[in-house]
Amino acid sequence: MTTSTPQTMYEKLWQTHLVEDAKGETPLLYVDRHLIHEVTSPQAFANLRFHNRPVRHPERTIATMDHNISTRSIKIDAAGTGAANQLRALQKNCKEFGIELFGMGHKNQGIAHVMGPELGLTLPGTIIVCGDSHTATHGAFGALAFGIGTSEVEHVFATQTLRQNKAKTMKIQVNGHVGAGISAKDIILAIIGKTGSAGATGYVVEYCGEAIEALSMEERMTVCNMSIEFGAKAGLVAPDQTTFDYVKGREYAPKGEVFEQAVVDWKNLRSDADAVFDTVITLEAKDIKAQVTWGTTPGQVISVDGIVPSPEDFTDPVEKESCKQALVYMDLKAGTKMVDIEVNKVFIGSCTNSRIEDLRAAATIVQRYEGQKVVDSVDAIIVPGSYRVKEQAESEGLDKIFTDAGFEWRLPGCSMCLGMNDDVLGPGDRCASTSNRNFEGRQGRGSRTHLVSPEMAAAAAITGHFVDLNA
Amino acid sequence: MEKFTTHTGLVVPLDIANVDTDQIIPKQFLQKTERVGFGVHLFHERRYLDHEGTQVNPDFVMNKPEYKGASVLLARENFGCGSSREHAPWAIEEYGFKVVIAPSFADIFYGNCINIGILPIRLTEAEVEQLFKLSAEAPLTVDVDLPNNTLTCGDLTFKFSLNEFQQYSLENGVDSVGWTLNKLDKIKDFEAKMPAWQ
Repeated sequence: MTTSTPQTMYEKLWQTHLVEDAKGETPLLYVDRHLIHEVTSPQAFANLRFHNRPVRHPERTIATMDHNISTRSIKIDAAGTGAANQLRALQKNCKEFGIELFGMGHKNQGIAHVMGPELGLTLPGTIIVCGDSHTATHGAFGALAFGIGTSEVEHVFATQTLRQNKAKTMKIQVNGHVGAGISAKDIILAIIGKTGSAGATGYVVEYCGEAIEALSMEERMTVCNMSIEFGAKAGLVAPDQTTFDYVKGREYAPKGEVFEQAVVDWKNLRSDADAVFDTVITLEAKDIKAQVTWGTTPGQVISVDGIVPSPEDFTDPVEKESCKQALVYMDLKAGTKMVDIEVNKVFIGSCTNSRIEDLRAAATIVQRYEGQKVVDSVDAIIVPGSYRVKEQAESEGLDKIFTDAGFEWRLPGCSMCLGMNDDVLGPGDRCASTSNRNFEGRQGRGSRTHLVSPEMAAAAAITGHFVDLNA
Repeated sequence: MEKFTTHTGLVVPLDIANVDTDQIIPKQFLQKTERVGFGVHLFHERRYLDHEGTQVNPDFVMNKPEYKGASVLLARENFGCGSSREHAPWAIEEYGFKVVIAPSFADIFYGNCINIGILPIRLTEAEVEQLFKLSAEAPLTVDVDLPNNTLTCGDLTFKFSLNEFQQYSLENGVDSVGWTLNKLDKIKDFEAKMPAWQ
């Protein structure tokens, strides 16, 4: 019997990483794993050099090249001078500070949030940070994982710690089971649609309930990945047998007795039954339909069988105005059926949806259209999340299914999710994208993004518009 | 980091909610290894009519002559959402802003501001609305006093608060890495007790 106060998983992660909570100071937390990439690290390395400080634990840091690399060539110069300068700077910095780098053409190279989990670098019960806001992805394992700025990257390099204010806690419970054909992407978009784009600012969110427990690790990653899109500091899923089975045997994961002890510790991470959350939100899984965003924030989302909303549908004046501005930017008329919206670009990829299960799901839809090809009016690209995903997909023949149907099969990278390389949309392009942000200009100046699942993206590529696959 | 104590400056009202860091500094300007050269690209897509940034958009609020030299940015809710890129506050700082006022900020952006010495001030929605209204009447100058946590504008005084250590760090220009390196013994003690798998 215990007499201690019941704790949430977040509180347990916090307590087990608290180095110091000194009066008048922001609490100091230990960081177990630091993932870095070419875009948000160079200035941090420069400051270390300026102060003549070493990286305190280079073995806890892993570097990859992902944000601005070409998806057509493994040559470092293939994505332009600016990108090449950053990639070369990363090579030089990693060498100088003793950090392991998965550079161009390395078998482990991939998007940080795809690479970390698949190599077993992502473990339950750890704190993981990266200079990238989608670091919340790793919360799928019951790791406290969040994005940081470059000053914080420098702080972690030098000290292996970070100062963090304690967040509030939010429980998002998804009861029951989703219907056939409803993906993890639909679940998270439905959640964001319910909370709004800033609904979890200041919170760490724990996703739970039968619908979440039933998800595979890759699906849980898709859910946690988009936690930042409604403002959450981090997203968490309690580790369970699904998690332990996934981690076991992976290259960087603990082995043998150490692994067994880890599982014992990880089983205790789960929020106590009577733990109190600051906010609780409940959704019924059976009500979740396939989702498509219509606006310029991920919270501006609706079911595919719905219509584009009107500013009049909103009572809050800020939401009303945001709707008005979004419709102008997106060139959409209120009342248009979502299934009548035509796209001319399709992007399947990003740290949200570029894992093997995402590619399998997309391929299944392509096959459902029995020999039909990507419609002439659409350019569709598929960008696997890592070289390991690419290799696996090719061993299953998925690349063949895609290329036979007229999709372009590219090399791994962040690609069109943020368009830092040459995978950018032009003005007026309308894209069905499996990525995470539909902000104005995100995928290219004047371009229009609709966030969808891999299944919906595949269907849009073949038909040229959104499809209610359950109709 | 420079110390921040008080600041008096002209306010530019940016009446848009959910301004994300992609808007603040678009991705094509992130390919630098230095910390300078971002200010000229701040709000690029709104500030310029063309992709190359050669034609200034006269309708964008920051380009209006009455806001030339502004150093206080007045914004709406959820300012700085999206990407964690610290390039966003770097661009804001380099353009000349010292203070950003909004009813709410995205968490990572808020922390990034403090880490580089920009003061993010959270006021209530009603207070922010009041400032937008006043600003619509005539260009507004405000006095910010960090030690006393006040923002003054004519006869009006608003109180704001910051976390204790963040306030101390801004006021004293603390080198946060150096500060933590003084605690190395505590970090080593912690590491000595970590389980083998961690």
